[in-house]
Amino acid sequence: MINNLINSLFEYWPVLWPALAAIGVILAVVPFLGLYMTFVERKIAAYVQDRVGPNRVGPFGLFQAIADGIKIFLKEQLIPDHVFTALYFLAPAFSLITAMFALVVMPFGPVATDYKDGFRFIVAPGIDIGILMMLAISSLSAYGIIVGGWASNSKYSIYGAIRSCAQFISYEIPLGLSILGVIAITGSLNIEKIVEAQSGSLFDWNVFWQPVAMLVFFTAALAETNRLPFDLPECEQELVGGFHTEYSGIKFVLYFLAEYTHIVTVSFLTALLFLGGWHFPGLPGPSGASTPILLLGLGVLLAKVSLVVLVIILLRWSLPRFRFDQLMGLAWKGLIPLGLVNLVGVAIVLSLGLPKHLLIATVILPVLGAYYSAAKFNASTAIPNATRQGLSPQGAVSYE
Amino acid sequence: MSEPQTNEAQKNEALKNKPSAKKSVKWGEAPKLTILDALYLPAIVSGLATAVRHAVSGKATTRQYPEVEPEIPPNYRGVHRLNRDEAGRVKCVACYMCQTACPANCIEIIAAPAPKDDPHWKDRDKFPATFTIDELRCIYCGMCEEACPVDAIELTSIYDLTGMTREEMIFDKEKLLSVFDETVKTGRDPVRTNRGKLGPAAELSSTAKDAPPPPGRGKSG
Repeated sequence: MINNLINSLFEYWPVLWPALAAIGVILAVVPFLGLYMTFVERKIAAYVQDRVGPNRVGPFGLFQAIADGIKIFLKEQLIPDHVFTALYFLAPAFSLITAMFALVVMPFGPVATDYKDGFRFIVAPGIDIGILMMLAISSLSAYGIIVGGWASNSKYSIYGAIRSCAQFISYEIPLGLSILGVIAITGSLNIEKIVEAQSGSLFDWNVFWQPVAMLVFFTAALAETNRLPFDLPECEQELVGGFHTEYSGIKFVLYFLAEYTHIVTVSFLTALLFLGGWHFPGLPGPSGASTPILLLGLGVLLAKVSLVVLVIILLRWSLPRFRFDQLMGLAWKGLIPLGLVNLVGVAIVLSLGLPKHLLIATVILPVLGAYYSAAKFNASTAIPNATRQGLSPQGAVSYE
Repeated sequence: MSEPQTNEAQKNEALKNKPSAKKSVKWGEAPKLTILDALYLPAIVSGLATAVRHAVSGKATTRQYPEVEPEIPPNYRGVHRLNRDEAGRVKCVACYMCQTACPANCIEIIAAPAPKDDPHWKDRDKFPATFTIDELRCIYCGMCEEACPVDAIELTSIYDLTGMTREEMIFDKEKLLSVFDETVKTGRDPVRTNRGKLGPAAELSSTAKDAPPPPGRGKSG
């Protein structure tokens, strides 16, 4: 039995080691990345607010993230009396596990679609339901928050968890809808193939054919990461800390690593699905490419990802938080109709075999929507003529 | 209750005579929403532009405190000191004015008659045998300084007073005199109160104004 196992291990070793190596890379890099994103976020926040930011630990404060990490690892394990202990411990771990697990199908560097042996920048290459699996698993992370909120046995936590639940359910829909258009154009759920379809010139990138989908995707993804302006589950002014009110020390860090892993995931997805992934005009594709070309592709992808991360961080410091009904209204009255109509447009263009250029016409959709909502708003605030002439008591002040 | 028809007519008549129906009434209207407003995107982009503009301006307002010290105005109310007169004696005449004026009850004076046989003290009646200020209890309002009739107690520009115990924050007469020696030696705090004038909290004293800028201080961040 054990011999068999060892034998099959040796037999499958050529297939196994690239996956193990990729897992190693992800496990080593992602927490480090999360740690340093807190530092980058603090620095950018400081610069936006005309401050200096952390600059005491190491050159330019570069070791601040490490100092924070050490501090928080050494913190006392505080467990409130009133929590459901088992769930209380499981919830943050579950949150991080699901966030990391979604990275399994995500290429973090150039991956050729011929899948030859050897190291590839992906744990599980060639998964034909890749993007579906990613969406399914990353939406599981809502459980981490809901279980955590429930296990904390505190009103702020459960309110945060309920909000997060509602938000996740609402924003899953536009997220899926916006990706559907891209999938329909590519004809594949495989992320590598979606990126492969964007090779060639700059105008093969999906962002030029699906700008509305990109807008909807980015907004919904921002909501999925629980970041400002959608951080209702943890808004400090109303809910103390939201779902992580009762958490401290390493368990709190797990939640935050999960959040930052989500940001990484979302940024990678945006870059891969809409911004051409590792492709750049003039750069050869990854199939049969030499190592320097592959590294160049990796650099291109990481540059695009950093750009998206930068936008996400800057958005945090320029937009105020939504009110909850506005949040729900944006999803159900704004993004879902936009996504649906966009999908219908893609379907019409593809099934009738119309030229692809017609897809650009979808940018008119948000304009139409804005025209409609502006007209509706103006009609609702206008003072009726009858009121002006004193003929209608509506809106007029009575002096009797 | 009158008839319904006349009631209706009366109501219309009343509405026509309402102030709101008059031509002179100006109706304020909510500003109209344009397509760009309803699209949100221009507003978001302009917000991002503001954020980026500040981020790249490189004009941080932060002061790197331990390296760059703050500019202390000459009438700053910091740690107390007890001034010495020309003979090096404590100026205080133990009149209890500061102790009485103190709203925080942090000054405690025990007066003693000046030693008459000592030629050093022969022109003085009273002097403080002990003079203690609880620097932790003090609210640094400067009322002791204003109350003092002989310009003996003054507040200095020392703003970074710290201590490890409560005991060491209770300053006695020797400590307060040593604060005077220290601050006068470094020139950062010339004697700033003048009898008969308003206290330093009300106006900058002429001596402080004419004093040279304190060395090593007042570098702007």
